[in-house]
Amino acid sequence: MNKYSFTEKKDTRSGFGAGLMLAAKEMPQVVALAADLTGSVKMDAFAKAYPERFFQVGIAEANMISIAAGMAVAGKIPFTGTFAEFSTGRVYDQIRQSVAYSQANVKIYAPHSGLTVGEDGATHQALEDMGMMRMIPGMTVVHPCDYNQAVQATLAVARHQGPVYLRCGRPTVPNFTPADQVFEIGKGYVLQEGGDVTIIAIGHLVWPALEAAAALEEKGIQAEVINMATLKPLDTACVLASVRKTGRVLTCEEHQLNGGLGDAVANFLVRNYPVPMEMVGVDDRFGQSGTPQELLDYYGLNVPGIVAKAEALLARK
Amino acid sequence: MATQVRRDVIRMIHSAKSGHTGGSLGCADFMTVLYFNVLEHDAKTFRTDGKGQDVFFLSNGHIAPVWYSVLARTGYFPVPELGTLRKLGSRLQGHPSISHHLPGIRMASGSLGQGMSNAIGMALAKKMDGDRHLVYSLHGDGELEEGQIWEAAMFAGAKKVDNLVSVVDCNGLQIDGAVKDVMDLGDLRAKFESFAWKVLEMNGNDVVEVENVLRQAKGLCGQGRPVMILMRTEMGHGVDFMRNLAKWHGTAPNDEQAEAALRQLPETGYGDY
Repeated sequence: MNKYSFTEKKDTRSGFGAGLMLAAKEMPQVVALAADLTGSVKMDAFAKAYPERFFQVGIAEANMISIAAGMAVAGKIPFTGTFAEFSTGRVYDQIRQSVAYSQANVKIYAPHSGLTVGEDGATHQALEDMGMMRMIPGMTVVHPCDYNQAVQATLAVARHQGPVYLRCGRPTVPNFTPADQVFEIGKGYVLQEGGDVTIIAIGHLVWPALEAAAALEEKGIQAEVINMATLKPLDTACVLASVRKTGRVLTCEEHQLNGGLGDAVANFLVRNYPVPMEMVGVDDRFGQSGTPQELLDYYGLNVPGIVAKAEALLARK
Repeated sequence: MATQVRRDVIRMIHSAKSGHTGGSLGCADFMTVLYFNVLEHDAKTFRTDGKGQDVFFLSNGHIAPVWYSVLARTGYFPVPELGTLRKLGSRLQGHPSISHHLPGIRMASGSLGQGMSNAIGMALAKKMDGDRHLVYSLHGDGELEEGQIWEAAMFAGAKKVDNLVSVVDCNGLQIDGAVKDVMDLGDLRAKFESFAWKVLEMNGNDVVEVENVLRQAKGLCGQGRPVMILMRTEMGHGVDFMRNLAKWHGTAPNDEQAEAALRQLPETGYGDY
């Protein structure tokens, strides 16, 4: 049985919106920039409360990122907000030069990541964004799993010195982490201990990973579940401690297998502690239109998909 | 001093065996006047955040040699360090970098089109902080082919970023040839005016005119419009065989060429590094 429970489902982008308000109150240097999606990215409350600290840039994402970099140089803590695809692929060079290489303290907040954007289809379903951000030297990549964690992660990101990619999502998902749990950047959260297999999940797949662990338990398999809410820097100590115990690892992410969580964990383990490994994610394909749940089911990013991969992993020598 | 800066540029790029000579020479007069006579700055109290100082962004980062020269000559770092341009471990990277902690630089540039946006960000921060100081940016004319420049120009005009002075080095040349052949930019004055900028023009190789127009630009700030200066320059100005030739955009002089160039740029009382 899943030892975690929830009373309501909420979206992580709204968690960001609430977290931004807390950060704005705590730090007068916090400013926000939007590119015509203020309401969708949940910056509207901030824009209303702090009009002098909110900047509408229009549909000009490259300009937005580079303006934010200039503000950061001047000592501000800018959060840019647009969909994950337009926060990364569209502005990769701006992030690389003006933000990361220039060590500008810009927070690239990117909701509407992954397949669960839904009906809008592949153009809007960023599945390569974490990989792109992870490759840039000095970039921190944070991806909270639910509303409460998104609130706390936003606050932690604002307090953190240095560029951060903060990935969030559009649909409502079970809100189960403690509201008062302070977010630590770079920490993997062990949600459930177990000795047979390590399941490392990120973002929207953390809850299905817990459900999958419950299903596996009914089959006599004890899974350890880790919420890897920071993709970079990866909590390698957390990974290693768990994998030493279980000897097997399964990663789960709403992202391409190329470049994402699975890649990061494999990259570390293959050089330090090679073990049998499986990955749940999108395997070198684009998304398509559909409801979020239909899409997660179609691409196997769901409880049966995780259970099947875990069983296949356990069947390996 | 502009002659000394040109000597620095030739000697640095010759020693590095690579670098962008033409644009660096063409902008030597402007950069010298800006740093010695116009910018409100002080190398001794340099702050990355630019608080209480005028701030300059070099958007066309490939003319870094001329920037490095005026930075060294205004006291940001030791003049002899100019000899390390483009060498392994140098703070004087081929294109400006902040990762190597060279005082005077706040933002990396090299990939074109981003500097106007960076300058706008700094200008907006100054407005928020009640800092009356100005922000300057320099761009190449070929750089105006980048779409982001027009995103930034649209923003600055629409949002009345009137503490910003952007300068375009109109030397008419880019790597593949004449700008008008590669991508005719049309009537730049009309374009920027239609984006709600105040537009000035000047001969960037006339130091008196440069200082006058920069002071005029300063006077136009705070009136609801960003200021654009279309600066005509001669690429390679100061060395006759480098003048107005696209091939000198990104070419280093060999030994004989460097010697010939330096003969045309008499030694100054400031001294070579």
